[in-house]
Amino acid sequence: MQFSLTDIAKRNVLAVQEYSLLAWSSIANLFSSPRYFGDTLQQADIIGVGSLPIVILTGFFLGAVLALQSANSLARFGGLSFTGQLVSLSMVREIGPVLTGLMVAGRSATGMASELGSMQVTEQIDAMRALGTDPSKKLVTPRVVSTVIMLVVLTVISDLVSMAGGAMVAVFMLRLDGNQYWSTAWQSLGVGDIAMGLIKPFVFGFIISTIGCYYGISARGGTQGVGRATTQAMVSASVIMVITDLFITQLLLNFFPFK
Amino acid sequence: MDPSNNNSHEPVIVFEDVSIAFDEKKVLTNLSFTLLHGQTKVLFGVAGAGKTLVLKLALGLMRPDSGRIVVLGQEVSAMKEHDLFALRKRIGMVFQESALFDSLNVEDNVSFRLREERTPMDEITQRVEDALRFVELEHTMKLFPSELSGGMRRRVAIARAIITEPELLLYDSPTAGLDPVTSTTIVELLVKQRDVNRTSALLVTHRLQDAFTMATHVFDSKQNKMVPVAPGTDWDSNTSFLVLKDGVKIFEGSAAEIANSDSEYIREYLTQ
Repeated sequence: MQFSLTDIAKRNVLAVQEYSLLAWSSIANLFSSPRYFGDTLQQADIIGVGSLPIVILTGFFLGAVLALQSANSLARFGGLSFTGQLVSLSMVREIGPVLTGLMVAGRSATGMASELGSMQVTEQIDAMRALGTDPSKKLVTPRVVSTVIMLVVLTVISDLVSMAGGAMVAVFMLRLDGNQYWSTAWQSLGVGDIAMGLIKPFVFGFIISTIGCYYGISARGGTQGVGRATTQAMVSASVIMVITDLFITQLLLNFFPFK
Repeated sequence: MDPSNNNSHEPVIVFEDVSIAFDEKKVLTNLSFTLLHGQTKVLFGVAGAGKTLVLKLALGLMRPDSGRIVVLGQEVSAMKEHDLFALRKRIGMVFQESALFDSLNVEDNVSFRLREERTPMDEITQRVEDALRFVELEHTMKLFPSELSGGMRRRVAIARAIITEPELLLYDSPTAGLDPVTSTTIVELLVKQRDVNRTSALLVTHRLQDAFTMATHVFDSKQNKMVPVAPGTDWDSNTSFLVLKDGVKIFEGSAAEIANSDSEYIREYLTQ
């Protein structure tokens, strides 16, 4: 089958339009009944509690590695005591939200795409519409709301755990004073840093969940189509999230510049 | 049951010059037909003739390129998706592959619509039992769809469709791929639903024997089984036939009329 450039352009424009409509309706659904609190809680459990082990593990060890790497550079300038500050600022402002976002994208965006994709190719979504239930309200909005909320929570946990990982390296390997590490880590954090660290996962959660749901609901072509949708969801969510990160950072720097 | 006790002959489904094409290939061309209240219309056609599409159009799951579709007095071809949800609650649909929610057990599948309507739990339990008893599967309540046979899944899908006592039922090849015994069980359920609850229905199938069984049998509530109409009786099963060929209607009429049709295509279809 051959496709012209026009066909490809049309398909892509249509995909952007369908994604935009899904993303918009996922928010608009919050303002009209029925609202599915039970489904939202269930998804929060799956996304939040389910992602907790990988977020804690990756956060802890990344914090430890960051302390180890940065200590080497800081020691050259006699600034080893700033290790805590470097770990906390890097993690809270940037690495924490992005790392947690990538972990949740890998786990939940793919989960959403495969679950909704399977429902789509086996006509379960059509069945839901036939039964008088709006799949956008029942399936999409609970996933979006719970991902947004849980990603913020998971990012905070990741930030704390990564600082603990950094502290472990600072105390046991670099022989730094623990109290000094924690005091520099805490004191260096300003309102702007924390705001930046909380706004980013809010946006990333929305991107991850809407992309996961979009690829699931638009899956076609049986099990192969579900597999394709799952891979595309993971890749698109990660890439778009990282690209968006650049623009959000630039925007937020206007409001919360480095001190 | 008194056949003269038919409800008013108001149209339940009206298709007027409905056409739809995919990638410039016409799938339905100027299709027009009317389903009256209390009637069952059987849509025949080979695979790809556009039968399933007719059901999806009637339910508003898809939109025609041209023409008008009126279901239960509302023009579905001009309604927004948001407004269609209320109408769909008045219609029951049985999908070809059952389309049961595979992460829910039989009880939750059958009660899905009632839960959405926030029906009290006591009433839900009672109605699920009644619906499953109707399809003789009350013992499967806690099983998941993957634990059921193909025929059982179709019967659960029928129970899910009828639990809210819809005004219209749409069946998409409910006997496709089933063995003859299970097919007869399913057909008996359709006849039971038609004769006991007097629900209007649009049935898509490519199995002639099922359609003729529906047209020539009635459900006897005393014996609790389907029985053939005795010769000479004036019973009208209210079942008519519509044949599609390449998306075009080539026949519409009764069982007797289709059996005596002069159309070469239909005669070939009947003799296969």
